[in-house]
Amino acid sequence: MIFAGIDIGSITAKAAFIKNDKLMATKVIPTGYNPITAGEKVFSALLEQTGIDPRDIRAIVATGYGRNSVKFANRAMTEIICHGKGAHFLDPRIRGIIDVGGQDSKAIALDRTGQVENFAMNDKCAAGTGRFLEVMAKALEVKLEDLGTISLGSRAPSKISSICTVFAESEVISMIAGQQKREDIIAGIHESTAARVAGLVTKVKLEAPIIMTGGVAKNQGMIKALENRLGIEILVGDYPQENGAIGAAVIASRIHLQKI
Amino acid sequence: MTDTDKKKDKRKIRAAKKMREIMTTYYLDAMTARENNKKVAWITSGGPVEPLIAMDIIPVYPENHGAMIGASKMGEELCIKAEEMGYSQDLCSYARTDIACCKVNGGPMGGLPQPDMLICCNNICGTVLKWYEVQARHFNVPLFILDTPICHTDYSREVESYVRRQMDEYIIFLETAVDKKFDHDKMAEVGRLAFQGQKLWQKVLKTTTHKPSPMSAFDAFFFLALIVTLRGTQIAVDFYEELSLEMEERIQTDISIIPHEKYRLLWDNLPVWYQLKWLSQKFSDHNACLVADTYTSAWCSALKYIDENNFLDSMAQAYTRIHLNIGVDQMADQVLDMIRTYDVDGFVMHSNRSCKPYSFGQMDIMNIVRKKTGIPVVMLEADMVDPRSFSLSQTDTRIDAFMEIIKQKEWVR
Ligand code: SF4
Repeated sequence: MIFAGIDIGSITAKAAFIKNDKLMATKVIPTGYNPITAGEKVFSALLEQTGIDPRDIRAIVATGYGRNSVKFANRAMTEIICHGKGAHFLDPRIRGIIDVGGQDSKAIALDRTGQVENFAMNDKCAAGTGRFLEVMAKALEVKLEDLGTISLGSRAPSKISSICTVFAESEVISMIAGQQKREDIIAGIHESTAARVAGLVTKVKLEAPIIMTGGVAKNQGMIKALENRLGIEILVGDYPQENGAIGAAVIASRIHLQKI
Repeated sequence: MTDTDKKKDKRKIRAAKKMREIMTTYYLDAMTARENNKKVAWITSGGPVEPLIAMDIIPVYPENHGAMIGASKMGEELCIKAEEMGYSQDLCSYARTDIACCKVNGGPMGGLPQPDMLICCNNICGTVLKWYEVQARHFNVPLFILDTPICHTDYSREVESYVRRQMDEYIIFLETAVDKKFDHDKMAEVGRLAFQGQKLWQKVLKTTTHKPSPMSAFDAFFFLALIVTLRGTQIAVDFYEELSLEMEERIQTDISIIPHEKYRLLWDNLPVWYQLKWLSQKFSDHNACLVADTYTSAWCSALKYIDENNFLDSMAQAYTRIHLNIGVDQMADQVLDMIRTYDVDGFVMHSNRSCKPYSFGQMDIMNIVRKKTGIPVVMLEADMVDPRSFSLSQTDTRIDAFMEIIKQKEWVR
């Protein structure tokens, strides 16, 4: 039996299929302007990739900020529960999740059985989210995906003191004008983002092992900054971006089995 | 009328209509006070109103007015106006809207009746001190400040005598303001009515221990207005008598406030006035009923300190030891007590950008509650009047996730 999970984030849309309790395939595409079509698109792209007939999909769960716009899903669930399920499914030891996505960041605490115990999300503000990094990458004329590698070369990270994204951007621009090294500025950006995210982690008292998910988990510099800040190792799985979609597929299978 | 309409109608609380009428009359009286040779005093929500009633002075509550402004979604405009006047966005939105209202005669009633005096008690917060000073200058009227030290742990003898002495000064202040001797017999009578009113309010709130609950915290937010504004009058006593009977009747005939109560929740902090409808629908869609809250119960939580037969002397203690004027540990104890009494499945905390004393200890209370009861807790960031501090989609996700956590034990293994 095949089950599907669809995660519509603010920047990317993800889909995952699981079959007989094993992960089958995943897909990530840009969300674009319309979350409704993004859901359909990512779903059909994964069908095409796997050659599966849509009629063989037994249940679909949608998640992410666009979860309610995926009309063909059987149920919509929040990212919080889905990330919990996804992380536990891929690695049952996980007790904490740090998810940093496009427009929000969250810390999720799991109990031993993989149930969500507690969570905290960022306040109405872009600081500490992927969007913050995106704005900074643009100001620095660096590709978003290169931020991590470049920052690893820094020996003296710059100090970004503004919490506000707009102010931080002007701070960065004046640093560029002051000819500070690009790697130092980027490392400073990571440190300031990590400080915001770490606040959420301590708020819910995450316990190890902790895994990081979301698009930002692909940024090595951020992982390092977070590890330094929290003094704890942070794992990154094979599917940081698709974790929520995988969790949604897992929930789809559970819901189906229990017929709720 | 369709079937669902009929059912909805059955769920409506009848007393709401009466309550609206009483409030309208109350505000009309206040608006026409001058023509009727009556004096008006503006007073803080936690202030001792009984001596005013005993002196036949009409009390008016800018905070109640602030709630009305919030509920009529007029908060944003007025907050912006206050900011234009130079007040910080960090200032409590009740203060901002009130100060702005005086400038532009804003709000649903075109402003409050002008005060002849101001009574400010800092048992709720420190903000009211500066706010009332601003208004005293604006209206050029006398201001009485009642200073009630915070009781972090205990209520000491020194605090008692300090506050008690101020009660006498308060009376002298009123005598001078209206040029009339204070009537102690009348005060005793008003005190008895205030006590009875609070007892009945408590009784009303306790009816929600019944499952399913005959009313919700959203109703309590509404029905609260009388115990605040007309405490110490027969009107309030009669009204809450009627309301509590209606609640009893609902319990007997099995009328619940939401169609399918499955989960019971406790609310902390002031309401989000401009989103009451959305929030109540949101929880109801999850079959969750907010059965109690720490806010409306504050108007009966000091009952244990009141001596019905010697109200004046017990006032010092009753007004000093209220929910916002005690230590975080004691606040947490009250919350834990409510969790047990109302048998709730989850705790919803409104982290209110405006109200610092209410929101300040919330993180600690959250941790204490989680540790001692294990029930899920969610924190919603908002503001009671200023909608600019509220994000609908974020709140939506948080509530959904919170409810999923409560439900997950049942359906996702
Ligand atoms: S700060 Fe809180 S207690 Fe003080 S006036 Fe504002 S809402 Fe009321």
